[in-house]
Amino acid sequence: MSPSTSAREEILARVRSATADITSEPRLIARSASGSLPSQLAERAISRAVGAEEGTLELFAENVADYRAAVVRVPAAEVGGAVVDALRSAGVQSVVTPTGLDQSWAEAVGAAFDVVTEAAATSAQQLDQVDAVVTGSAIGIATTGTIVLDHQPDQGRRELTLVPDTHVCVIRDDQVVHDVPEAVTRLRTAAGQQRPLTWVSGPSATSDIELQRVEGVHGPRTLVVIIAGTP
Amino acid sequence: MSIGPVQETSPTFVGMPAFPEAAREALANTQQRQNLHNATHTIRAKRAAVVAEVDDWEALRVAGADAKDEALHHLGDYLEQVEESLTANGAIVHWARDAAEANRIVIDIARAKEVDEVVKVKSMATQEIELNEALEEAGISAWETDLAELIVQLFGDRPSHILVPAIHRNRTEIRDVFLREMARFGRPAPDDLTDDPARLAEAARLHLREKFLRAKVAVSGANFAIADTGTLVVVESEGNGRMCLTLPETLISVVGIEKVLPTWDDLGPMLQLLPRSSTGERMNPYTTMWSGVHDGDGPQEVHVILLDNGRSHVLADSVGRQALRCIRCSACLNVCPVYERTGGHAYGSVYPGPIGAVLNPQLRGTSSEVDASLPYASSLCGACFDACPVRINIPELLVELRGTVAEQGGHRAESAAMKAAAWVLSDPRRLAVAQKGATTAGKLIGKRTITKVPGLGAWTDARNLPTPPKETFRQWWAREHEEGGQR
Amino acid sequence: MLLDGGMTAAQPRTDLRVALFATCFNDTMWPETPKAVVRLLERLGVRVEFPMDQTCCGQMMTNTGYAGDAVPLVRHFVDVFEKYDAVVAPSGSCVGSVRDQHPMIAHLAGDPGLASEVEEVRPKVYELSEFLVDVLGVTDVGAWFPHRVTYHPTCHSLRMLRVGDRPLQLLRAVEGIDLVELPGAEECCGFGGTFAVKNADVSVAMGTDKAEHVAETGAEVLVAGDNSCLAHIGGILGRQRSGIRTMHLAEILASTKENPA
Ligand code: SF4
Repeated sequence: MSPSTSAREEILARVRSATADITSEPRLIARSASGSLPSQLAERAISRAVGAEEGTLELFAENVADYRAAVVRVPAAEVGGAVVDALRSAGVQSVVTPTGLDQSWAEAVGAAFDVVTEAAATSAQQLDQVDAVVTGSAIGIATTGTIVLDHQPDQGRRELTLVPDTHVCVIRDDQVVHDVPEAVTRLRTAAGQQRPLTWVSGPSATSDIELQRVEGVHGPRTLVVIIAGTP
Repeated sequence: MSIGPVQETSPTFVGMPAFPEAAREALANTQQRQNLHNATHTIRAKRAAVVAEVDDWEALRVAGADAKDEALHHLGDYLEQVEESLTANGAIVHWARDAAEANRIVIDIARAKEVDEVVKVKSMATQEIELNEALEEAGISAWETDLAELIVQLFGDRPSHILVPAIHRNRTEIRDVFLREMARFGRPAPDDLTDDPARLAEAARLHLREKFLRAKVAVSGANFAIADTGTLVVVESEGNGRMCLTLPETLISVVGIEKVLPTWDDLGPMLQLLPRSSTGERMNPYTTMWSGVHDGDGPQEVHVILLDNGRSHVLADSVGRQALRCIRCSACLNVCPVYERTGGHAYGSVYPGPIGAVLNPQLRGTSSEVDASLPYASSLCGACFDACPVRINIPELLVELRGTVAEQGGHRAESAAMKAAAWVLSDPRRLAVAQKGATTAGKLIGKRTITKVPGLGAWTDARNLPTPPKETFRQWWAREHEEGGQR
Repeated sequence: MLLDGGMTAAQPRTDLRVALFATCFNDTMWPETPKAVVRLLERLGVRVEFPMDQTCCGQMMTNTGYAGDAVPLVRHFVDVFEKYDAVVAPSGSCVGSVRDQHPMIAHLAGDPGLASEVEEVRPKVYELSEFLVDVLGVTDVGAWFPHRVTYHPTCHSLRMLRVGDRPLQLLRAVEGIDLVELPGAEECCGFGGTFAVKNADVSVAMGTDKAEHVAETGAEVLVAGDNSCLAHIGGILGRQRSGIRTMHLAEILASTKENPA
């Protein structure tokens, strides 16, 4: 290793000489400051994202349940009650709520459980003492039964939905898309405004011991998904 | 400009026996063979079922291969782009030419943070560079947090599968090692631990939680590094990944330079291909995506180490570079009839199975005995190519590598035999003369069965030989069509 | 005659100039197979020629790492066969080599002339079941074989050539046959050319599992489209004294009441 060249320069030089036979231009290198897609790419993304198909919601509910998360469907007005029911049947006592959680849900939860607010839960150790978390969500994907959290104020910091053992997650039915590429397209944000994302498909699981599936290792072992009808 | 160097074979694997010897030993291990048979056949069936659900799997494979090719063909540009985006997002980017350099960077960061332990997410790249060993030497404990990796670590074992590294261990062995070893490293296993997988997982949860809540520094790899958005992606099942990627203050990710994807939208095909090919699920339980530092959420110091370690050497081969498309899903292992019977250790590397038979000699060169034997560890049945989500033509690469091994000599008798055979076979008259040998033998042997031929023990130890005929087809045809060639 | 599938038997294709590529292994070790191809094709009204100059596709050299040594064989192959409309071979493996490997070898030789000749010849080369079903458009070849049979799809037929269920279509139409499904049919038998010797232990382990599956079916005969794989599985079946015979697809399809196999 010659000290005069940096690792960066040397690796880039090696890579460029290794690809010296390539004559085409890089297709997708134009990164625009606004984050808008290069046109060819936009077309590709859009053609794949032709709206929700028939039965998307049913498929979503089915696939979420297939990964052994509990699924509840309620009208928008009844979400607060459904959240409380879900928390009760999980047998929890304390609940952490993100700062931007829907006011009416937060009130319903506050009336029935010990609530710790996101602002008050300043450490993971503290969250480890809390039983459950209630959040909204960013997107649902029907074909895979996935919920995507982008950790906006209605979902809170990432550790909120990680450390407590029960996660009750509310998704509006108009947040559910049919397939993965559509979700990917919707989740693209402008440069500099990327959010951390957590894709959740069922409760955590392992098949590391003789390939026998065990639900629940480190993440929340109980996941309840409440699908709220559009008001 | 010169081609990048091959990686140094780590001391762990130097002097490994050639594949056939290691395989013989593995074949004799009936318990392991049974575990492997069950495991590979179970995942095979699951994979087939979820692949069949997709409308046009082939189109997805093409899209996946295409995205990786785009990145590889213009890797210099995309590496610069990913560095720029990551830096703009608040990450600190490092470059490492080889394992030693990468390990040193990790150790320096850990020392600067004054920690004596790090938590780790399962990562092939850090296994490849033997980071845990390097950290240990520097007085820093590295805790593997993936259940299987934890099992392997407690055993002081080596992983035998990319996806389910402890597949060679059964539940009773695992209970015993938990009871015996956990207390040495932290919270002990409960005394009444049974071999029920749910109880074992629970024991791991409790043992590791204390480490997650305490750790200041985490080390990960990444499944994808997206150039245009500066995002890293980790795909996992257990949630240990989320713990490591979220709770500690400092996160160090070791990322092979071939992990770059050109654009965010490439995640569309990739996130469909990877889980279905890997665990046979529509989607894995957890995927985390982070773009540098996110204000007030997760690690506030984020390092990314871009690792070469032989990859640029592989990239220089216009045919062989397709192996760098590999997304480490392990589908090729699960369908491989050779892997199914030998397991992963015989491949003498952290990369076992069909992709290991290709990648190890590509990355490390073919000078060691084990690396020179790997290209031959395949019947070229093609099941791996069919299963590969990014269409890596593994049989083609194996054949290419056999050429490399043949060229470097060492197989002198074989090379002479091939030359002789080619000489005979390039001329019909020479062939006809050579065939006389076979028919003469055929006439001598008559209807008897051939069960032993000196020098052919490799065949005849377990198989009878076909009896040569008294007359070749060519002779028959000439007899039947005396006036030459046509009826 | 009109068959269930609505497929008629072959019209004599006297318009085609058809060559038989016996393959060097069949020519030397299993002449009954190319003989059966000749009988079968002639019965179907096809005039088949055997160019006496033919030798070998070069697969063994290529797959063992000596692609350079295969160059003269590829050159020879195109010289011998370029004048024909169709070339039929009773070996999925050798046809796979012609189709998949010859272009690579021509490229390796750095000979654009050879490469273009290869491109011209290779689409005309058919594995037997492809030729019967795709070119002649026939599935019932008028064969008679009153035995219990199981079929092993060899890897190169299955995954390189993608012959699909063509051999099974042909076998199902054989009069008197009792065709039984082979468990784990798509798994490699473990032959793999020099693999059978270089990694003999693994090869035998694979072959033993295959032989076990064959025995489970209760078949009298194991049929396949490649004699090399059959020699490997048959060698194990023979060592086990299983009493199960191996036969090439061509020999079953050539078998008739008048001239039974
Ligand atoms: S080679 Fe293909 S199938 Fe094998 S691990 Fe890599 S991506 Fe998966």
